[in-house]
Amino acid sequence: MKKKFKLILIILFLVFSATRIAFSQSLSSGELIRNAKEYDGKLIVYSGEVIGDVMLRGDFAWVNINDGENALGAWMSAALAKEIKITGNYKSRGDRLEIMGVFHRACFEHGGDLDIHVRSLLKVTNGRMVKENLNFDKVSLSLILLGVLFLIWILTLFKHK
Amino acid sequence: MILKPRLEDLKIIGFYLGKIILGLALIMVIPILIALCFRETNPALDFFISMEISVLLGLLLVKICQTDKDLNWMQGMIVVSLSWVVAMILGAIPLYLSGHWKSFLDACFDAMSGFATTGLTLVQDLDHLSYTHNLWRHLIMFLGGQGIVVIALSFFVRGFSGAFKMYVGEARDEKIMPNVINTSRFIWLVSIVYLILGTLALGITGILNGMKPLNSFFHGACVFMAAFDTGGFSPQSQNILYYHSFAYEVITVILMVLGALNFKLHYHLWMGNRKELIKNIETRTLFITILVTFSIVAVGLAQTGIYPAATMLFRKGFYQLISGHTGTGFQTIYAQQLGTDWNQLALVGVILAMALGGAVCSTTGAIKMLRIGIIFKAFKEDLKRIIMPERAIVIEKFHHIKEVFLEDKLVRSALMITLAYIILYGLGALIGMFYGYPFIGALFESTSAAANVGLSCGITNSAMPAALKVTYILQMWAGRLEFMSVFTILGFLFASLKGK
Repeated sequence: MKKKFKLILIILFLVFSATRIAFSQSLSSGELIRNAKEYDGKLIVYSGEVIGDVMLRGDFAWVNINDGENALGAWMSAALAKEIKITGNYKSRGDRLEIMGVFHRACFEHGGDLDIHVRSLLKVTNGRMVKENLNFDKVSLSLILLGVLFLIWILTLFKHK
Repeated sequence: MILKPRLEDLKIIGFYLGKIILGLALIMVIPILIALCFRETNPALDFFISMEISVLLGLLLVKICQTDKDLNWMQGMIVVSLSWVVAMILGAIPLYLSGHWKSFLDACFDAMSGFATTGLTLVQDLDHLSYTHNLWRHLIMFLGGQGIVVIALSFFVRGFSGAFKMYVGEARDEKIMPNVINTSRFIWLVSIVYLILGTLALGITGILNGMKPLNSFFHGACVFMAAFDTGGFSPQSQNILYYHSFAYEVITVILMVLGALNFKLHYHLWMGNRKELIKNIETRTLFITILVTFSIVAVGLAQTGIYPAATMLFRKGFYQLISGHTGTGFQTIYAQQLGTDWNQLALVGVILAMALGGAVCSTTGAIKMLRIGIIFKAFKEDLKRIIMPERAIVIEKFHHIKEVFLEDKLVRSALMITLAYIILYGLGALIGMFYGYPFIGALFESTSAAANVGLSCGITNSAMPAALKVTYILQMWAGRLEFMSVFTILGFLFASLKGK
């Protein structure tokens, strides 16, 4: 009984460690696309920023995750997608996720798309809204140009007279 | 003896160029309004600055070169070719100011790609680009698809005979209405009607796909402009793959095909003459070339075994093929996949489709269906001459809106343009190979640029050599204008240097 308990503990430890190792060994989108044949059907870890819309499709959702090189489509349960609060666009930086799932070079279920079917998800950082600071160089340049245009208009008026 | 251009020529060219620049400045009001709606301050400033520079340049040209004289053929052609270069530079200013392009050359590349409805892009971090700049990227496709000069003719120029010269210079030699200004307005009417219908269809599909309504309709409008004008830009970095939607793909295929049809054919269809669609040489040729090139792509993809199910093979193969054939450049696969997952046979199928293009007087580039149809008819005529008795009179006809006799001058013109395109595709491929890219990849990218398609196998990126970027810009420009205006400006420069 004691031996069995030890074995269970060791297995649990290994599973937990393996998961941690997998989560820390994230693959880049470029690596996945370039070597799609090699990773096809395998369990992989991928991380990046959620961009655009979380597109709910019944009990599932499409989430596009950008790692700075490319964005990859991740197919996940709607329950997992609920974890996502902010998505990336001009005015915000989206939640950063680390996902573990099965990579498909040409997904049979989704008409040949290159995608990842997500099994688990870890939110690495929360997204945030980006405050747009007024660029004063641009303001100055536009005012100078406006002045030049006004000057030309005045000169044209004089020429007509 | 070659005559040196006179000061009068330069004044006339400058005056009409200035008018077109003022038209372009006026169009920049649209992104400014969008920026105000979405409360995007810095993007609004980018366009305000660009508009001021455009107004300044346009005003100076109009005032300095003030004239009431009309354009002759040479001047009309030069105005057109220069308009596209100036539009590229002015259109690139707001893009560059956004900070999403690494250099001004990259911004110029995207501006030319947009105006010429190509779709190759060097943008950085597209997924965080403002609504305003994204709209501009697609709007310039919409404007370029109709033709920059067509816009000026429709709205800013009132009834001068030089209009037709500029219209022809922009690779549109077919008049739909009796006069060219009404023709330009009809082209706009068709485009606006389809814009409304297409945006609605894509917007509703987007909502059903789970997108937020505002985003959905914004994307709908952008994707429509890129699809109908056979451009190929998209608001997100994954292009059409972003939507993960079969319905979206079907709608965009319909829009791409509509964009690849002759505006004259649209007119006849609108007038209820549906038989024209079946009888027209262009639609018949398009149908045959799609069948042939798709067969090549399908065999190639079947060899690779990447798509084990026929439905998958059809969905991926047909979409990229139609996108290439219509000169759009939408992709539902990653650019690198064309190089890694598709074999050379499949790539050759797409290259052929890209090289052929859509209909004349449409928004597509490349050799075009009418010319391909005429060349095949000429082959058929010559074969008949060989087979039939010497005394037999062989007459070949084709149907393009009306019955047309196949004359030698038509065949010659079709062959000349075809040859010019083949040389252009080849030159770009040679330069690509010079920079170390493999033959098929270099030919693919070169054909895509020169035929104004926009499909990429991964060569086009901001790290590629500057000379290659310039090569592709020149290819997009020459390909969109179908050479005549470009040859004229080269002749003009030669005459300026060597003329007496």
